[in-house]
Amino acid sequence: MAVSHRASNRGIPPFERFYRTYRDDVLAYLRRLLGQRAEDAWQETFLRALRAYDRLEHGRHLRAWVFTIATRVAMDELRVKPKPPAESEPVVELRRDAFREIEHLTDGLPPTERAAVVLRYGYDLPYGDIAAALGSSEDAARAAASSGVRRLRRAR
Amino acid sequence: MIVDSRLDARFRAAALREGIVDVRYDVIDSPVGELGVAATDRGLCRISYTVEGLDDEVARVFGVRVLRAPLDDVRRELDEYFEGGRRAFDLPLDLRVGPFHEHVLTALARVPYGLTTTYGALARESGHPGAARAVGTVMNRNPIPIVLPCHRVVGANGALTGYAGGLDRKQALLRLEGATPPR
Repeated sequence: MAVSHRASNRGIPPFERFYRTYRDDVLAYLRRLLGQRAEDAWQETFLRALRAYDRLEHGRHLRAWVFTIATRVAMDELRVKPKPPAESEPVVELRRDAFREIEHLTDGLPPTERAAVVLRYGYDLPYGDIAAALGSSEDAARAAASSGVRRLRRAR
Repeated sequence: MIVDSRLDARFRAAALREGIVDVRYDVIDSPVGELGVAATDRGLCRISYTVEGLDDEVARVFGVRVLRAPLDDVRRELDEYFEGGRRAFDLPLDLRVGPFHEHVLTALARVPYGLTTTYGALARESGHPGAARAVGTVMNRNPIPIVLPCHRVVGANGALTGYAGGLDRKQALLRLEGATPPR
């Protein structure tokens, strides 16, 4: 009996479950980057995810994947191009609880720094994933977050 | 939930409009309990008495781009059936089963409302005389019960025999159709 079952889903959950898991986090993230314009970007993020969903190789790193898409949509919306890091300043890091205290100031950051800071400290993404999201190198992602943190400290 | 129902509905509608969904599914209330229903662009592909796990199952068979969305035609025809006003379904079906299953399920679809047949008779009708036991297996795995009326198939001695959704449901469906109550 030849039932046309696909071999397996390679650990990829049905899209509905993926969507329910991440829809709120992604909207909160995009609101931080885009404010009032977040809703259209949110829909575009999940449409892009759905278009590509059946071409995923496996179900690992879905969280980083969807944040990558969201960041690209937001950067398109803000018409930001990835740029190389400026002069090499010493890298500054923040503790997560310290971030909570200055999180509300991220609205004042330039978009790339804002995305890098929020992804790093708000969503705990590793720099490799942030680099993929920003379309930059890992060093550039680290520098963007660092520069954002420095700016936040000055703004406090 | 941060994403409100308006935004959620807008996304689902946009996804369906774009045709990038492999399978839609929904949950429908009925007199025989909650029914999980699923459809592809080709037609209805699942009715399940167990809602849990339906998303995984349809993802495996029809593709991972599974989205919950209203299936209005399916809901309407099932409602009409359970109200007693509909005796046959007009819904297109997406079966994707092997040839033996297809022969049997096609023959099953011709068993009229309110009547019963036997596994042996259905085996003959589907061109596989003597395959009564295998026909029983096909009934047990029927992907679209109610619409493909495996509740109308009973044992040669008239006993209800079995039903994947439970004998209570089989009896309830036959009673609804006014079929001669099997012994």
